[in-house]
Amino acid sequence: MVRERKIRVLIAKPGLDGHDRGAKVVARALRDAGMEVIYTGLRQTPEMIAQAALQEDVDVVGLSILSGAHMTLVPRVMDLLKQMGLEHVAVFVGGIIPDEDVPALRCLGVKGIYGPGTALSDIVQAIRQEVEGRE
Amino acid sequence: MDISRMDDLVAQALAGDRRAIARLISTVEQGGAEARQVLSRIYPHTGRAHIVGITGAPGTGKSTLVAELAKAYRKQNLSVGIVAVDPTSPFSGGAILGDRIRMRDLATDPNIFIRSMATRGSLGGLARATADAAHVLDAAGYAVILVETVGAGQSEVDIARMAHTTLVIQMPASGDEIQAIKAGILEIADIIVVNKADLPGADQAVAALEAMLDLNSGHTEWHHGRLFQIEGVLAGGDQVKHSWRPPVLKTCALRGEGIEELVQAIAAHLQYQRESGLHQQREHDRAAEQLQRILRYTLLEQLLERIPKHALQETVEHIVAREQDPYSAAEALIAQARLLS
Ligand SMILES: Nc1nc2c(ncn2[C@@H]2O[C@H](COP(=O)(O)OP(=O)(O)OP(=O)(O)O)[C@@H](O)[C@H]2O)c(=O)[nH]1
Ligand SMILES: [Mg+2]
Repeated sequence: MVRERKIRVLIAKPGLDGHDRGAKVVARALRDAGMEVIYTGLRQTPEMIAQAALQEDVDVVGLSILSGAHMTLVPRVMDLLKQMGLEHVAVFVGGIIPDEDVPALRCLGVKGIYGPGTALSDIVQAIRQEVEGRE
Repeated sequence: MDISRMDDLVAQALAGDRRAIARLISTVEQGGAEARQVLSRIYPHTGRAHIVGITGAPGTGKSTLVAELAKAYRKQNLSVGIVAVDPTSPFSGGAILGDRIRMRDLATDPNIFIRSMATRGSLGGLARATADAAHVLDAAGYAVILVETVGAGQSEVDIARMAHTTLVIQMPASGDEIQAIKAGILEIADIIVVNKADLPGADQAVAALEAMLDLNSGHTEWHHGRLFQIEGVLAGGDQVKHSWRPPVLKTCALRGEGIEELVQAIAAHLQYQRESGLHQQREHDRAAEQLQRILRYTLLEQLLERIPKHALQETVEHIVAREQDPYSAAEALIAQARLLS
């Protein structure tokens, strides 16, 4: 019997910005790469995201942020994940992130930061490397 | 996972620790020896939850309804576990699990646990491990467990076997949809829900369903014992005859209308099952079927371990060439395996 372990990814959209086209495109690409993607929809609070990550036992959380509020949202999510004992969960951020914020996000432990126009295959590969490298 | 780690996780999950619960669900979902060890440890703690299945065609509003039901149970101060199943893509093996979108309001309630599950190739609306995930939630103390199926709209006996109460969700629609109901779905329904009652045609849908139930009751007993396929002595005593006629209820999940009535109907069904002896009967049948399944699987595994692979392959070739028939071939293999033991 094949008992390959599936990579589980939570794709979440924190904050109040309006559309989730980008998040959906990424979700589909990850599905097509054989991953199980839990998609939670718009306007998620950091608490909702951390709770979902916990209940769904995901390997990866992908945050899609277009609103510019990443410097408040990302630290909050990372903090909650840590409080829940989920420091093993890899966090990726996609959206519009100015270059000057990248080092700070990296410092928080964000594993990958992807702007518009990133090749989907790069994201797939980064997630695979992160998760499989850990096992 | 080593044994002491597993024992810790099980103890934590039984005490309600959500991280441990999530981990154990992943373990049972993964299958294999570890899953069996977890399940055998939690089994003594299961059997307390009321498991409610929610099935129906895609888009009928199952997830929205599950969220409303969960809110209603929380008002009664009951804790709620949710297992929501979505299909795995046969092409990539991946899945997008989107049922949580409709359960946004429940996300931070510490007495609600939501788990999304992909079918991972299993047919019939559930994943292979859906019942096992529900058992983990049951053991962890969740009082009501809501299981949302994929909603293929057919051959969904699996959910009816697993759940104590099965809701079949319909919505007002064209004539063909009413046709689709006939294909066995009425037999598994304990309660029929016409959701989206705000849309035109809800009353007609209710009337059509009632008429169909009338037709059905003429020549079939409502007889859930038949859901299970159990052999000979395992089947046990007389089947309880029963006379539950599935009520047809209207809801508008989007506005939270009709939910109280639905919750009452679910409670009434549970009470009916207890009083009629059907509850005991189904518990018995479920256990018998499970034992039968495990026996079959374990015996086959043991047997296959003892018979050399080449012997099996040769036998298959003989059968194909009509040199041997499969019946005596099987007997010969079993006899040979016994001699080897
Ligand atoms: N008009 C109306 N729309 C509803 C009602 N309940 C749910 N919907 C809508 O129907 C659509 C599907 O709802 P879901 O709850 O996702 O349906 P589902 O059966 O879980 O769908 P799948 O899981 O994809 O099979 C959504 O757009 C809901 O907002 C209702 O009572 N009235
Ligand atoms: Mg759904």
